Amino acid sequence: MSLAKHPLALAGLSIVAGVALLAILAPWIAPYDPTAIDVHAILLPPSLEHLCGTDTLGRDVFSRMLFGARVSLAVGFIAVGIAIAIGVILGALAGFYGNRVDAVIMRVTDMVLCFPTFFLILAVIAFLAPSIWNIMIVIGLTSWMGVARLVRAEFLSLREREFVLAARGLGVPTFRLISRYLLPNAMGPILVSAVLGVAGAVLVESGLSFLGLGVQPPNPSWGNILTDGKDNIQLAWWLSLYPGLAILITVLGYNLLGEGLRDLFDPKLQR
Amino acid sequence: MLAYLGKRLAGMLPLMLGITIISFGMMHLAPGSPAIIGQEFNPKVQASDIERLRAYYGLDKPLYVQYWQWLERLAKLDFGESFSADHRPVLDKIRERIPVTLWINILALLLTLAVAIPIGVASAVRRDSLFDRVMTVLVFIGFAIPSFWLGLLLMIGLGVNHNWLPISGMHSFGWQRLDFWDQQADLLQHLLLPVFVSAIGGLAGMSRFMRSGMLEVIRADYITTARAMGVPETSIRYRLALKNAMLAIITLLGLSIPGLIGGSVIVEQLFSIPGMGLLFYEAVMARDYPLVMGITVIGAVLTLLGNLIADLAYAWADPRIRHGRKS
Repeated sequence: MSLAKHPLALAGLSIVAGVALLAILAPWIAPYDPTAIDVHAILLPPSLEHLCGTDTLGRDVFSRMLFGARVSLAVGFIAVGIAIAIGVILGALAGFYGNRVDAVIMRVTDMVLCFPTFFLILAVIAFLAPSIWNIMIVIGLTSWMGVARLVRAEFLSLREREFVLAARGLGVPTFRLISRYLLPNAMGPILVSAVLGVAGAVLVESGLSFLGLGVQPPNPSWGNILTDGKDNIQLAWWLSLYPGLAILITVLGYNLLGEGLRDLFDPKLQR
Repeated sequence: MLAYLGKRLAGMLPLMLGITIISFGMMHLAPGSPAIIGQEFNPKVQASDIERLRAYYGLDKPLYVQYWQWLERLAKLDFGESFSADHRPVLDKIRERIPVTLWINILALLLTLAVAIPIGVASAVRRDSLFDRVMTVLVFIGFAIPSFWLGLLLMIGLGVNHNWLPISGMHSFGWQRLDFWDQQADLLQHLLLPVFVSAIGGLAGMSRFMRSGMLEVIRADYITTARAMGVPETSIRYRLALKNAMLAIITLLGLSIPGLIGGSVIVEQLFSIPGMGLLFYEAVMARDYPLVMGITVIGAVLTLLGNLIADLAYAWADPRIRHGRKS
């Protein structure tokens, strides 16, 4: 089985690659400076000159969206990186050592799962100053639980397998055992939840920015352009339409790719 | 059964304690202070006034003392008074916000179930058909759509361009003068969009869940047996299979209990609906410590209870668990 046989997963991969390319090349593609104010071009509807129109300060929405893609992807990747790091470490410890260690770590995981996550993120961001770094850290700190459970479950079954027992019997040190024998075999599900996690983080970031707790103006993000859209709902539909479409397409791409990878890695689902 | 219940409830206590300690610590240790005190830049406020205010609100004591006092009052179900200018009890503030959020979310949940279950069943029964494929794509879009964006588009389409539906708040201007039924109709009009937008997220998940639950059951041996014995296909699907597939939905329902009260900050903010989500948002922004703690505690209790109810309902609905065979 390869990804090429999943049309939806392939579509997801193309979207993911396309959005990443647009984000990386933003400074070269963007027709205007995303923060340049132009008082002669306030709230212009979409045209050939301004593909997605202009906002209340005459800034080009298309250029702002290109730079917004950088924000969304940066938050997505770094937040997921943090979540994966925490989840893998805790899950590995719980799954490898079992007993007491497992009980304590899983109790903590249950506890964090009981926090209403979005409320928690909202509270922390509001208490600390809203900044892109805080958002990455907080999203990362509140989304590792799934990964921890998953890695734990993988480790619990892997550690009884013959090749692990054999390595153990040969006296392979613990750290090496985890990093060379167990972790590589758990990589598939981790990768799947990382890809799906990016989608989730992009949605949360846009929600926070929409509430005014995310990326602060004048820096562009998809969420804060939508806030402008809400404030000018009677005047400028383009401020609402395009950034949301960008979020939808990006999240869709990561979800499709993630589900495709899941099918690929899970032989039980192949039919 | 009672012993099991007792054990579960006892296990919830340390969890609750942990959650409150973390929330309390995080809130108080973060830089800055409540809006009502944080007036360092106001030239009319002297340092001594600020000290007096801090003492008045008990914020001058060490953190563990503050936490202990808070906990002592909580044990008597006293959530304290809000720090905001009206000084009303936290419980009153929460109580008056709950009905709106509850109504919107219950209606949204009913809408979700009413649409998602038939879709899920139909997708599973006609697997890989055109209908199933279209639904799969729609479900993916449903997962990816930011609810506030959908809300914005609906507001523009139905509210701004055509004026068919109101786009914010709970009541029209001058609704008090309407008679009872017109008032209800007015309320319903205002709730239509928020309910629909709240339901979209769950719709995708629930229909997917129903589909996979149904697929799993349909492949089971007893279904094949029933078919071999000549039980009509419709009664296999809707009496035997559906009943068992519904087990999965029960768990999901229990897990959605906290969301019923918690509500959605974003949806309430978007439609200017004075519910729990907006209350929490305001409390957080003003650093209204007692109110934030109150909502957090209620949210956590509901989450824990929801999990418990989900487990109990599952046990009750599944005869294998109900009649002995303890796990």
